[in-house]
Amino acid sequence: MIKKSLRILFLGLLALQGTVWASGGEVHLDKAPVDITDRESVIRGAETFVRYCLNCHSAAYMRYNRLGMDLGIDDKELMARFIYAGDKPGDTMTVAMDPKMAKAWFGTAPPDLTVVARARGADWLYTYLRSFYLDPARPWGVNNRVFQDVGMPHVLWRLQGLYEPVVEKDENGHEVITGLKQVQTGLMSPEEYDAFVADLVNYLVYMGEPARLQRMSLGPWVLLYLFVLLLVLYLLKKEYWKDVR
Amino acid sequence: MANVLNGVLDWVNERFPLRDLWEHHLTHYYAPKNLNFWYYFGSLAFVVLIIQIVTGIFLAMSYKPAASLAFGSVEYIMRDVQWGWLIRYMHSTGASFFFIVVYLHMFRSLLYGSHQKPRELLWLVGMFIFVLLMAEAFLGYLLPWGQMSYWGAQVIISLFGAIPYIGEDLALWIRGDYVVSDVTLNRFFSLHVIALPLLLLGAVVVHLMALHRVGSNNPDGIDIKKKKGPDGVPLDGIPFHPYYTVKDLFGVVVFLIFFSAVVFYAPEMGGWFLEHNNFIPADPLKTPEHIVPLWYFTPFYAILRAVPDKFLGVVAMGAAILVLFLLPWLDRYQVRSIRYRGPVYRVALALFVLSFVALGYLGTIPATPMATFFARLFSAIYFLFFLLMPLYPRWDKTRPEPERVTFK
Repeated sequence: MIKKSLRILFLGLLALQGTVWASGGEVHLDKAPVDITDRESVIRGAETFVRYCLNCHSAAYMRYNRLGMDLGIDDKELMARFIYAGDKPGDTMTVAMDPKMAKAWFGTAPPDLTVVARARGADWLYTYLRSFYLDPARPWGVNNRVFQDVGMPHVLWRLQGLYEPVVEKDENGHEVITGLKQVQTGLMSPEEYDAFVADLVNYLVYMGEPARLQRMSLGPWVLLYLFVLLLVLYLLKKEYWKDVR
Repeated sequence: MANVLNGVLDWVNERFPLRDLWEHHLTHYYAPKNLNFWYYFGSLAFVVLIIQIVTGIFLAMSYKPAASLAFGSVEYIMRDVQWGWLIRYMHSTGASFFFIVVYLHMFRSLLYGSHQKPRELLWLVGMFIFVLLMAEAFLGYLLPWGQMSYWGAQVIISLFGAIPYIGEDLALWIRGDYVVSDVTLNRFFSLHVIALPLLLLGAVVVHLMALHRVGSNNPDGIDIKKKKGPDGVPLDGIPFHPYYTVKDLFGVVVFLIFFSAVVFYAPEMGGWFLEHNNFIPADPLKTPEHIVPLWYFTPFYAILRAVPDKFLGVVAMGAAILVLFLLPWLDRYQVRSIRYRGPVYRVALALFVLSFVALGYLGTIPATPMATFFARLFSAIYFLFFLLMPLYPRWDKTRPEPERVTFK
């Protein structure tokens, strides 16, 4: 009786979980190939970031020379390759754009991107940057599959080319976008563009938490120490307790 | 050298009861020798408290409690302060581990009847600590000033607004403003770093004093003071120091292994310990689609949402916590430990644990009709567990307790 009611409760919970997951109905996110220990990839991503993103988006908590310290780039190279706007290596990545003007231009001020990878997740960013499509109804002529009616123009369109949505009718007769097809080629092949975005996302993940490099390398030593200490304490406890009972 | 040290100790002891305290609370405090796994969590809670206080002191050196600076100062700690990321992750992970440890510590009481006479006051002080801890966690969660911080605080404070007549004024008084703002942040900081830690520390001292007055319970739920040797020492008691100090040290290191694994490898814990939305700075004009409290509040949040009326929901949530205070008087069993209680208690406790965990899960998902149905069902089980408790002994078959403690 009791076992049976427990089983019913359990099955009910399972069913509940099913409905919760099914009600998502969002665009499938592609898995971003993130590896922030891939130094070359992070550097390529950083170059893309300062060239394409850092005109409108700031990264106000990220210092240029943090990048230098973590990736082994000296100040001279930092100045030559990454710093455009007369900033110093110790400065944070700010932009000159006035937020009020930005709001007038884009409908909303471009958000700071320092920790965007922690808020959105790498997969979202990776999919988002590859999901712009032509939409004449939007002020900048483009829309995005994972961020409907986004205010941002498709900054990377020259590289990616242009895409149109593939529209199909679903079982209820509603028109839904089921995919994108290229209507104008860009400077990069689709594979090159994917790799390019992957590098950028890799950098964004690194920038979201530079300390990740340290904690991942320190972690094993801390745990090793604790396991050795655990063994010692186990033996100590055993020694003290041997005459109890 | 030893003589000099002894001389100093004697000098102190004539002026301060150092040796008395040491003996009374450690070397001559006799704890039952059969304390098991469930008895680690008291000392672990103390360890987490120390971690939170020490890391909190260092965080407060670099944190700025102002709406325009708070979010940035946390990132400053994460990036520019030496070891700041470690201190911050220890503090944020510590908050969640505090609740894990305290929930297990409280569950131990349900297993072995530790709240029963003569430990009622010990339980009440413990419940007071639990409520303080919830307040402390809630206040602290506003400080990073992310979207979840902001809107979580907005929602919880607005609950006070549901109280008839005084509600709106009370909510206004708590916020110090018509919405959560810089004023609220600044006062929450003050309460989080000064007022509540002082109260918490004081309450923990009282908790320990009450414990050492009545002595520790044990998995058999029997009173070890009933059987004493000729020297007046309980036959089943062993001095807390060194026996339980070395045992608890072992437990602390096991705890630190789990703790460090999270701090170094998964500080966000998949969004459960640090929510993704909290990496977006607080924006009073943009309400997030889905506002969820942190995991340790979700069982109570689910009870709140299960009730259709806002004020009655608040009452139900309050009652869910208040009913715990009554536990020593609701539990009328003649035997303390679940080992000697019968199937009725075992099934009731299992259902209670199931409903608490299920409510915790339901509190994290949107309130669909199906989810609300289950939230109501499990809320009912939650309350029935306590309300029917006085009747359990009538229906249950208990077994006789042993004369002396046993090891299992």
